[in-house]
Amino acid sequence: MTPKRKWAIAGTAAIIAVFGWMLYGGLDKNVVFFLTPKELLAKGTKGYDVPVRLGGQVRPGSVKWNDQTLELRFALTDGSSEVAVHSKGTPPQMFRDGMGVVLEGRYGRDSVFDATSLMVKHSNEYRAPKAGEKPQEMYRTLIKGSGS
Amino acid sequence: MNGLIGHGALLISVAVIVLGIGAGVMAGRLRTQDWINAVYSAVYTNFALVTIATGAMVVALVTHDFSVSYVAQVGSRATPLFYTIISLWSALEGSILFWGWVLSLYAAVVVWTNRRRAGALVPWSATALLSVSLFFAILLIGPANPFHLVYPVPTDGPGPNPLLQNHILMAVHPPLLYLGYVGMTVPFAFAVGAMLSGEIGSNDWIKLTHRWTLLSWGFLSAAIIAGMWWSYEVLGWGGYWAWDPVENASFMPWLTATAFLHSAIMQERRGMLRLWNVNLVVGTFVLTILGTFLTRSGIISSVHAFTTGTIGYFFLAFIALVLVASLGLVAGNSDRLGSVGHLDSAASRETVFLLNNLFLTVFMFTVLVGTLFPLVAEAIRGVKVSVGEPFFNRMSLPVVIVLVFLMGVGPALPWGRASRDELRRKLVPPAAGTALLLAIALAAGMRNAYALAVVALAGYSIVANAREIVIGMQARHEAHGEAWGVALLKLAGGNRRRFGGYLAHIGVFAVAIGIAASSSMRSDREATLKPGESVTIAGRTLRLKSVWGREETQRSVVGATLEFVENGRVAAIIEPRMNFYPASQQPVPTPAVRSSLLGDVYVNLQAFRPDGSNVTVKVIYEPLVPWIWAGGLIVVLGAITSILPQRVRVAREADARQPATGARGALAGLHANVEAT
Repeated sequence: MTPKRKWAIAGTAAIIAVFGWMLYGGLDKNVVFFLTPKELLAKGTKGYDVPVRLGGQVRPGSVKWNDQTLELRFALTDGSSEVAVHSKGTPPQMFRDGMGVVLEGRYGRDSVFDATSLMVKHSNEYRAPKAGEKPQEMYRTLIKGSGS
Repeated sequence: MNGLIGHGALLISVAVIVLGIGAGVMAGRLRTQDWINAVYSAVYTNFALVTIATGAMVVALVTHDFSVSYVAQVGSRATPLFYTIISLWSALEGSILFWGWVLSLYAAVVVWTNRRRAGALVPWSATALLSVSLFFAILLIGPANPFHLVYPVPTDGPGPNPLLQNHILMAVHPPLLYLGYVGMTVPFAFAVGAMLSGEIGSNDWIKLTHRWTLLSWGFLSAAIIAGMWWSYEVLGWGGYWAWDPVENASFMPWLTATAFLHSAIMQERRGMLRLWNVNLVVGTFVLTILGTFLTRSGIISSVHAFTTGTIGYFFLAFIALVLVASLGLVAGNSDRLGSVGHLDSAASRETVFLLNNLFLTVFMFTVLVGTLFPLVAEAIRGVKVSVGEPFFNRMSLPVVIVLVFLMGVGPALPWGRASRDELRRKLVPPAAGTALLLAIALAAGMRNAYALAVVALAGYSIVANAREIVIGMQARHEAHGEAWGVALLKLAGGNRRRFGGYLAHIGVFAVAIGIAASSSMRSDREATLKPGESVTIAGRTLRLKSVWGREETQRSVVGATLEFVENGRVAAIIEPRMNFYPASQQPVPTPAVRSSLLGDVYVNLQAFRPDGSNVTVKVIYEPLVPWIWAGGLIVVLGAITSILPQRVRVAREADARQPATGARGALAGLHANVEAT
């Protein structure tokens, strides 16, 4: 083995080692846990201020939406525990009581989950809309309302 | 009826494939023309049969034949004809059928164009293609059968997923992706064929494989860009890339194929990296199957994933089979896979190609680890996790920066050994490009260090690549007295592969600059507006004119009309909408974009009051986004240039085989070199 070849192998090994180290550190810091409210609360103080994905249902009657400040507050429940949620920005158009949502954000020490993103959970398997949730109905009120 | 024809054709195709594989083994061993003809006939027959099956499905979709299970699943009488036809690939079974058809098409074209080639390479490769076809044919008569009979026959269906019938790019992105993805089977088949026929040591198979990889790579590049564009135009978040598992699935084979496009040249010219190249080809193919597994088994949740049952196990078994068979073949051919060439000097194009391969592979592994980690974590520790975008961005940015720089250094360096003087002449002047672009970026307000690094090094590499083209033109101009325009055309025609390479590089730089600028200098805001009120972003004022609703055949639409107000006048209007499809409770956002070379204003309708008294819009300003689409187009043009047939010049071939050295080599290499990159 020539000295040149040795250097080449050492260099390659060094690049791979640095990369492996970065990979480990990067994963360690950027893994986001997917939790339910119950699991989040069970974490105690370890649950504060780390990025998590929180999944659950919007508790009926808890939604407060201010369309001027664009602030949304509601309670997320998994049936046994519940977490207060605050989010800035518009909820999806069809956001409503009882629907399944996935939030991304951090649980603050003030016991409010500050969500940076809000996704409505829906599957690719279709089901017929129930009475009252048909988009057409909503749309018809719009046409009537705006008169156009 | 359609169901019977389609299913029948698929059943016969399984039999034809099995017979073809048997004939292929005989053809490979005995090498007699009768057996070879039998394999080729099986390939053509399979293409005809899968075409019949696919045609039957299209007819069933168009005629709303709801007795066919797939039509009952994705069809609807309200869907316009155009979206009805393309719903062929809007759900699992149809997409596997389409996959099988593209594969059978590739196999037929590969065999037809190489049918007169001597030796056992093509018969064995055809056998490998048939073997992969067998896997998809089994899926199509088993777990992904699109032709089940439905009884009682429904009168109407739900229509395709609303997201997939909302934009014209749905007709472009998936076929391109399949052409790219499935096309990676061809290099794999050639590698298998070369190993089975003992021709793995020849230069012939690597040249053939290089061309076919370029074709698939061109399709895959176009597909990835089209997918980014679709995501930008439809999903309403103003982004184009989210490191979604499915995006990663398309990106990983692209990375390894890109590495192969470079390392294959090393083998062609210097006889190096033989073992590595075989592994890259096999790896690229396995990554396409892995990607299909990830996206079609429902194992990873994603916007693209179709949910299903048992199909995942079939894919896992197939991946295992491919890996074991390939490793066995590689081990059996190890004596033929040694390097015959060696590195002359560290200051050479060879070194840059080696580094390029190293970093592209590292990049691929990063994406692979990030994509698979959630699966591993759930399997081992039972926790549900996701790997966030910050991981991918943080890991990939340094790699991207290095790669952008290497893309400039590589073309500037000669094969073999560069003298100190040559290094200085080649590597110093492009720094002017760095200075220029850096100054422009700083003046435009770019402050993010990573983005600045990407832009600065792209400046270097743009100059380095453009300079190679200019040097070549100059040489022709001086030697033959050709006008500059003629010289450019002759240069491009004379060595298409190399010229196409420069072009593709320049396209990648445009994409890199577009991504750097749009991700680091984006500004956005949300506002709730009453008609007549306005919102201002990046110096542009948008005024809400009206909120409206409209009934279309297959959907209901709610939209807002906003006006761009410049100097008190209305300069343009923009109409973001929400489309409501009967089958889904969720509206599909349809953002509107006002595009210019320097940047896009992107408006998405977030929410509206049902009485029309106000709407909430998200307004985003993103600089240089169109550069990404334009850069993608240039990359594709580069790939097309490289694939077009080369004019034949035999006389200079012998001379060109020698690695070019010194100043003479650099000029001659560009001027007359036939074999080079």
